[in-house]
Amino acid sequence: MDPEDLRYTKEHEWVRVEGDTGTIGITFHAQKELGDIVYVDLPKPGTLLQQHKTIGSVESVKAVSDIYTPVSGEVVEVNGSLAESPEILNTDPYGSGWLVKIRLSEPGEAGKLLTAAEYHAFVGTESS
Amino acid sequence: MITKVRQHPTQNESLLFETSSPGKIGYQLPALDVPPVDPSEVLGAEYVREEIPDFPEVSEVDVIRHFTRLSTWNYAIDLGLYPLGSCTMKYNPRVNEAVARTEGLMWIHPYQPDALSQGAFAILAELERVLAEITGMDAVTLQPAAGAHGELTGILLVRALLEAQGNPRKRVIVPDSAHGTNPASVRMAGYEVVNVASNDRGMLDTEALARMVDDDVAAIMITNPNTLGVFEEHIIEVARILHSKGALVYMDGANLNALAGISRPGDYGVDLMHLNLHKTFSTPHGGGGPGSGPVAVKKPLEPFLPLPRLQHASSGWSWNYDRPHSIGRVRAFYGNFGVLVRALAYIMAHGGNGLRRATLDALLNANYLRKLLETDYEIAYSAPSMHECVFRHAATGAIAKRLIDYGFHPYTVSFPLIVHGAMMIEPTETESKQELDLFVDALISIAQEVKESPELVQTAPHSTRTNKVDEVAAARKPILKWTR
Repeated sequence: MDPEDLRYTKEHEWVRVEGDTGTIGITFHAQKELGDIVYVDLPKPGTLLQQHKTIGSVESVKAVSDIYTPVSGEVVEVNGSLAESPEILNTDPYGSGWLVKIRLSEPGEAGKLLTAAEYHAFVGTESS
Repeated sequence: MITKVRQHPTQNESLLFETSSPGKIGYQLPALDVPPVDPSEVLGAEYVREEIPDFPEVSEVDVIRHFTRLSTWNYAIDLGLYPLGSCTMKYNPRVNEAVARTEGLMWIHPYQPDALSQGAFAILAELERVLAEITGMDAVTLQPAAGAHGELTGILLVRALLEAQGNPRKRVIVPDSAHGTNPASVRMAGYEVVNVASNDRGMLDTEALARMVDDDVAAIMITNPNTLGVFEEHIIEVARILHSKGALVYMDGANLNALAGISRPGDYGVDLMHLNLHKTFSTPHGGGGPGSGPVAVKKPLEPFLPLPRLQHASSGWSWNYDRPHSIGRVRAFYGNFGVLVRALAYIMAHGGNGLRRATLDALLNANYLRKLLETDYEIAYSAPSMHECVFRHAATGAIAKRLIDYGFHPYTVSFPLIVHGAMMIEPTETESKQELDLFVDALISIAQEVKESPELVQTAPHSTRTNKVDEVAAARKPILKWTR
């Protein structure tokens, strides 16, 4: 269920690299653990992000969790529809529920992240 | 249509805005005995408006009945067990109220002269003294108005001390089981938060901690017993690790009710801590509060305590504002005085032995519940419980709602965050065996319902005025404004 073409982190984020742009989001497992998401706090376009640092937060009825960026770079686009409809993070975490698009400053970073299979194995050990 | 189909206590309640009828007036003013003034001349025309749109027009008795009926919708510690874990919902003894309503205390004013406030000074000084004794610390400020306010004050004290030593440092370590206010206070005081994981016994992992502590770490914020209700057995080692790098140990005293009269944080390496008087010391919570979060410190932090400080001379008590190292004011006036009076009344009514007995009873009650519930609910960590116990169940939210049907306030749901499906139960020393047994029967019955008729639990509560509310919709699309 976790798409093969994405890379993943142990903090339950994903990144899709297309050219020099990375699209990031949270995983299916993350949204399931959080429960119904009610608010998303994201950085503004132009913000410079450093890999594995906090870039915002997601709030569910249960808890508020930090979002860590899987890759470094500059925010070029923010998913504006999340402000009105945070529930798409629950319904479509790998599609319309993307968070931000980043112009990659360190294109090599993504290749070192977890593959779908590695992430799947990690989630398995964490929840057991 | 007949809208009044139920007796008063269960009647559905309209908003005051909806009960308004034009022209109704709920007050009567005496005739003006001074010359009238045109407000637009005095204030400027732009600040004067003819009417307030949609202001409810109701009579005095309308308002009294509205709020009195609403008050019957509430659940309170005076109605029964209130097992909201981490919140210490203990009974607020009436003697506290009697003392706080003593005429001289009830009508006291912060602007009245010091000479007329000597009794109040003495109360504050005595409370500082006993709180220092209970915690094993050297000095106490009573000013912070809530637990998290105490946390912020505490971390600002840490920063002030380290700055005075030449380097404020950068980071504060917070365990992953901490109250959410801890990392928030750290951020507000300008530090970075670093999380340290708990081990499989629900305690701080001291090896992981030792690797994290370096010269950039200002302090650790540790709750003991922690939010799992587990005593941090390695607290002395934790303090040693921090102190070896010149960092401080801050203790969140939210769970002091598991220690009071038995062990003193100041004796095992804690440098400063806050206390929640509305938890351990039985003053009212929340809307019935306000709260109070005094901070107790060891000697080296004393010069930095907030202004003003109590001082005593041959002429009596007064306030000392001449303290150049102080972090300054953290609150108007001198803390929530009425709450401080109640806390001292509670402490003096108990005495040292009584406080110890209350603590032991709180531990006994929590362990009694744990033992009786262990068969039907999975305990999250096997380490011994102190004043509260944490179970896990996938249906924690629904079970909590179903408890309402059984006449109890729910336990704390989904906290601490490190326990999936947490059910956090804190009975406090207030409860008798009879009340605890009723609660156990209810939870065991619900465990049975979860297996046999899960739908009944999932759709609870059924006995309340309003059925299960849609919390998700309320959070996503909140309606915060009344419109006609």
